[in-house]
Amino acid sequence: MSVDTEIKAPKRSTEDARSLKLHRRHARTLKLFDPAMVRMATIRSFAMLDPRNMMRNPVMFLVEVGTVLTAIVTVQSILSHQAVGLILYQAALTFLLFITVIFANFAEALAEARGKAQADSLRATRQDTEAFRLFRLGSDEGETISSTKLRTGDYVAIEAGQVIPADGEVVAGIASVDESAITGESAPVIREAGGDHSGVTGGTRVLSDRIVIEVTAEPGQSFLDRMIALVEGAIRHKTPNEIALTIVLAAFSLIFLIVTAALYPMAKYFELTLDIPTLIALLVCLIPTTIGALLAAIGIAGMDRALMANIIAKSGKAVELAGDIDTLLLDKTGTITIGNRKATQFVALGGATPRDVARVAGLASMADPTPEGKSILELARQDAAVDGEVPHRSTFVEFTAQTRMSGVNLPEGTRLRKGAPDTVAKYITELGGVVPDGYQSTVDAIASRGATPLAVAEDNRLLGVVKLEDILKPGISERFQRLRQMGLRVVMVTGDNPLTAKAIAQQAGVDDFIAQATPEAKLAYIRKEQGEGKLVAMMGDGTNDAPALAQADIGVAMNSGTQAAKEAGNMVDLDSDPTKLIEVVEIGKQLLMTRGALTTFSIANDLAKYFAVIPAMFIATLPGLRVLDIMGLATRGGASSAILAAVIFNAIIIPLLIPIALKGVTYRPVGAGALLRRNLLYYGLGGVIAPFIGIKLIDLMIDPLMTMVGIG
Amino acid sequence: MIRQTVHALLACVVTLVICSVAYPLALWGLGTALFPHQAAGSLIYGPDKTTVIGSELIAQPFASDKYFVSRPSAVDYKADAAGGSNLGTKNPDLHAKVKERAEALKATPEKPVPADLIAASGSGLDPHISPEAAYFQADRVAAVRQMTVEQVKSLIDTMTDKSGAVIGAPPRVNVLKLNLELDKETSAKPKETTASR
Amino acid sequence: MALAPTSFLHPLWAFGVPIAASFPLGWMMARSLDPKEAKAGKGLDALPMFLCRLIGRKTPVKMSWKDYCIALLAFNAALFVITFTLFYVQQHLPLNPDTKGSLGALGYKDSAGVQHDGVDTGVVFNTVCSFVTNTNLQHYSGEQHLSYFSQLACILWLMFVTPACGLCAMLAVLRGLRGDSHMGDFYVDLMRTVLFVFLPFCFVIATLLIASGVPMTFDAAAKATPLDGVAAKMEAQTICRGPVAAIIAIKQSGTNGGGFFGPNSAHPFENPTPWTNLLSVASIVALPMASMVMAGKMLRNARHAAVLYGVMLTLLITGTSIAIWAETAPSAATHGLPVVAEPNMEGKETRVGPVASATWAGMTSGTSNGSVNSMHDSLNPLAGMIPMSHMMLNVVFSGIGAGFENLFIYVIVAVFLAGLMVGRTPEYLGKKVEAREVKLAMLVMLIHPVLILAGAALFAAQPFGAKTVANPGSHGFSEILYEFTSAAANNGSGFEGLGDNTPAWNVATGIVLLLGRFPALVLPIALAGFLAAKKRVPETTGTLRTDNLTFAGMLIGTVLLVGALSFMPAVVLGPVADHLVALK
Repeated sequence: MSVDTEIKAPKRSTEDARSLKLHRRHARTLKLFDPAMVRMATIRSFAMLDPRNMMRNPVMFLVEVGTVLTAIVTVQSILSHQAVGLILYQAALTFLLFITVIFANFAEALAEARGKAQADSLRATRQDTEAFRLFRLGSDEGETISSTKLRTGDYVAIEAGQVIPADGEVVAGIASVDESAITGESAPVIREAGGDHSGVTGGTRVLSDRIVIEVTAEPGQSFLDRMIALVEGAIRHKTPNEIALTIVLAAFSLIFLIVTAALYPMAKYFELTLDIPTLIALLVCLIPTTIGALLAAIGIAGMDRALMANIIAKSGKAVELAGDIDTLLLDKTGTITIGNRKATQFVALGGATPRDVARVAGLASMADPTPEGKSILELARQDAAVDGEVPHRSTFVEFTAQTRMSGVNLPEGTRLRKGAPDTVAKYITELGGVVPDGYQSTVDAIASRGATPLAVAEDNRLLGVVKLEDILKPGISERFQRLRQMGLRVVMVTGDNPLTAKAIAQQAGVDDFIAQATPEAKLAYIRKEQGEGKLVAMMGDGTNDAPALAQADIGVAMNSGTQAAKEAGNMVDLDSDPTKLIEVVEIGKQLLMTRGALTTFSIANDLAKYFAVIPAMFIATLPGLRVLDIMGLATRGGASSAILAAVIFNAIIIPLLIPIALKGVTYRPVGAGALLRRNLLYYGLGGVIAPFIGIKLIDLMIDPLMTMVGIG
Repeated sequence: MIRQTVHALLACVVTLVICSVAYPLALWGLGTALFPHQAAGSLIYGPDKTTVIGSELIAQPFASDKYFVSRPSAVDYKADAAGGSNLGTKNPDLHAKVKERAEALKATPEKPVPADLIAASGSGLDPHISPEAAYFQADRVAAVRQMTVEQVKSLIDTMTDKSGAVIGAPPRVNVLKLNLELDKETSAKPKETTASR
Repeated sequence: MALAPTSFLHPLWAFGVPIAASFPLGWMMARSLDPKEAKAGKGLDALPMFLCRLIGRKTPVKMSWKDYCIALLAFNAALFVITFTLFYVQQHLPLNPDTKGSLGALGYKDSAGVQHDGVDTGVVFNTVCSFVTNTNLQHYSGEQHLSYFSQLACILWLMFVTPACGLCAMLAVLRGLRGDSHMGDFYVDLMRTVLFVFLPFCFVIATLLIASGVPMTFDAAAKATPLDGVAAKMEAQTICRGPVAAIIAIKQSGTNGGGFFGPNSAHPFENPTPWTNLLSVASIVALPMASMVMAGKMLRNARHAAVLYGVMLTLLITGTSIAIWAETAPSAATHGLPVVAEPNMEGKETRVGPVASATWAGMTSGTSNGSVNSMHDSLNPLAGMIPMSHMMLNVVFSGIGAGFENLFIYVIVAVFLAGLMVGRTPEYLGKKVEAREVKLAMLVMLIHPVLILAGAALFAAQPFGAKTVANPGSHGFSEILYEFTSAAANNGSGFEGLGDNTPAWNVATGIVLLLGRFPALVLPIALAGFLAAKKRVPETTGTLRTDNLTFAGMLIGTVLLVGALSFMPAVVLGPVADHLVALK
């Protein structure tokens, strides 16, 4: 795999060793109530009062209509010279209903502002820079123009220290690039021509060397620009679960509308004319305003949390869907194992000494830039004291998919080769050599323990085998255990042969593996899982991953990956971190849980409100109902203090719950049953009890006040 | 559309024949053959074997002091228009009625009347009273019939149906049967002079 | 009558007998109503197939949910038209020894107290709606207004086929939930349910009833000369009778509840002994309970069915216990009078007693049956609240099939909320519950409170409702509320003091009856059809389980919370205020 991971690998391994906990890189952590944002959101909450805007949220729209009606009745009361107490009471209700709407708008505006702030900080990397545009590829001549003038297909040369002016693919050169502007990670990454790590992002900085890139995006149309636009657009679109929940909330509101509307004629039977503002107050208390007010905020906050984890989701739907994932396809390398395989042993065969094997393997790996090659050389230096100098005029044979071998031809004509065991065996047989005894059993023994055997040959003589071993990331199997508790199946994807793959799969504790994974094999596996009704998430970076990324329900493309991969997935991980899928799933689950928990809380609240409002409404005609006033409200301020207390509680619970809405309900990978019990206890039972206490406290506070001003 | 209608109508005919003709006819045949008395309404015939005195399951009114009275009936014991009072417990009318009935039965705080004697039955045709309600009337009946209270009470005891106690059935006395039994006793035995309080 | 401690044995039997019977019955129902493909039409099953051929259906059809609903509705429409006609012309039809007139010529007293003779098509409409919807709300009085022909050809017939329709709808829903490619054939289901469930069950019950004293005769009313007739000013007593046993058996077991006589099972001819009382109350709940066992068999998910059965049973036991507790208190009417302080006996029968009366009240209202063995109007206020609450919740067994369908709607809502709370798109039995399903479920859920509250509000505020009550104050309001609740829940019991045989009541409750029945019958089939078409999602540890105690708690919570929130104000104004307000 990647040069990129190699550079980062040591850092990540220490992180993993430190903690098993899933942690987020808070690249752009924001304070919950950032003063500037609060100011912005406050202003916006008034602008959002426009009924056309409010109609999107049936619950809060109903409150707004109720507020207007209450205001009208209050004005009528003033004009018809009603008692001052009544007018004050109605005015207080109007005000309280109004701030209920404002609180709801504020929650949404605040979440929106946070989302925007995240997006803006990404967009800030988009600055005008100068770009040296080459006249044609290959020449060093060009002109310096503004980056805004760059068009798709232009070639731009970037020197060390310069900012990359636009999204593009490296077409020549290799350079280390500082992508911290986007990812927040300070460690530089390598970008080079060809392969899967050729993508560079505008706004990042070249630290060393010189590269030439081909511009792949028009100004303002860069990949990041489009993603940010999508994110901001996604805020406005309701996700499928959000739509379903809105239907539930609207239906509940309708039920309560009927309940309260029916009370007016029912009271007539008892020769009582109910006060309209009081009825509206009861309605507002009953309809699920808490969740209605926070629903939009929860959705936006989900996207926001994804952004905070450096994931750009193309839609809110994708984030929500992440919670439903059944199967995770994880690449072995870099995710399950640390970076790359390491050479750990030289096994000699047919009369050769381990030292011979080490020498030849070391020489054959001299020009091999892959991590495996480097680790062989490293081990060879220890074991065989290979000096690391290849004789002059040697020619290197590079690894190709056809030959599946690499090596070096020494000046005297000796051909040193290393490669896959079967390929090398075939190669020496063709040259007239003999495969030594015990070769196959040695190879199989190594493979069955999850290591990779690499055969080493000198001309037609098979000297032995290099053992390349995978090192599991510390704590990875515990992490998979947790994933299993969440109900996810983890599938390891590897290019290894089935034997090796199986051994590693067992060690790591994954549920299944795809060995010798080709893009087709991945695609086929995803289709098979989906055929069984499962939702599949995978992460990929290469162009050949694109079909699988597109097929997967959640395809997370690494930002370091190719343009094709990024286009195909529905999320992009700016950190290019293969373990990010786990966080994505968590964010999705948290989003759904927060909605469910606050809905339950909101509806459970109603019981207490009934006990506050119903006795207060009917106490005059049916004095026996005083028994139902179990909170002992309406002591001095009369019935109205109980009603006002319920409405105040209903209003202030909204801002009080904004933190939960934005941060999300805590998710723990403990299985569905335990989660449900926990949430039912906190938000169900808590939702029943909390308002009893809250309303009583508020009543105690406002009661003397009300007596003073003469309401009641 | 037409097919649907035809099928629906034909299905109606078929089910009607099964449910409304075959089933009741079979039951009627079975009932008449095996349980002719019950199937005809458990009627009680007079000494002439043709006059129907009543049904052992249907209450009838008793006004003479020599008879135990049945429970109050909201429909005046009309067995062709049965029903309860349907008065709510908080209805002043019910309170007044209860008061009136208690007074008619000469209830006093020392000798309170059992609740079933002042409450109209559900059907208005309840053939039973509780043993306590029978005891409550024993003095009056004994006095008129010149029997000892003990005699009357022991008759009540023999006439008390305690069957079904295991399934929670309350003990009960069939008023018509009790009164018939009383008539039989008093006509069979020579009149005795008994001290009645 | 002092309350014998043995009285409390009754509820144990009343619950124990039907619960014990529900398992073999449910097993038999699943086997006979949903036979394996290979066994269909073979052996005894050849009989329903033969009946289907009689009506022109050669082979069973694989109906989609739409076809099934259309067939079900077409059959019910035919029932409506035929029975309406028969009631209207009963005076011209045979089996009318007591020469009853047309049901449409019943006449009524309006809210101002003016008698209108010979007119009232409303009562025919109401009666037909009532019996076609398996409700059996009676605004007429059986023994006074119906000929034996009408009792048999209309009442008895509808008592068989309408619960069969409910059971058919349940079969269709179960097939959909099971993921079958089709819902079965409505007419085959109909014939099977009538032949294999209701007929044999009723035949056994009816025979036991006749043996215990329930009449089964086609003779006219008996004329009796009462013993003390002269003194009591009743020279003759007309004792109505008829083919009672046939009707009572299906009345109880088919969740019908419509009595042959006005006072229903309080009438000694319908319920002559404590034994028939137990038999009746057990047969009221036996088939609704058995249908849940059948659901477990058909879904091949006994644990989930056990959760649903358990939830229903918990609600029923809780409610019934409260009713028993409330009803063993003395009546408020005896306060300060020289009456023994013992349970309220107004409207009750001695052979039944207060405990069995309250038990019955709980069970009949919990099962959409609606037959009564005491006058609910005269129950103590809190005891009267229980039948009302059971009908408001409408999921306490609540019918054979219809109850399952109602609970299914609550399950969808509970699954939706619980599903979100475990962080997954909600799923039920492996099928995702999404906006379309939620929309249908909420629609069904809305209907019930709307019908009850809107109806009660309208009639409470208007003289055509408020002036028809028999009792003053909160209790009068309770009568109105009860009537609409009973109609919407397709129950059929009533606070019968209400003068409900007026055009306003007949038309209003008639409409409520239809709206309470058919959407709730058909929409769940559609919902199951939607779910059936979805891909099955595999179960993981992250999946919300619907077969454990946690979910049972969640479901009960949902039912109680939604029920309490929808109906609490109305119930407070009715029975609760009735209980709390002192007797004036």
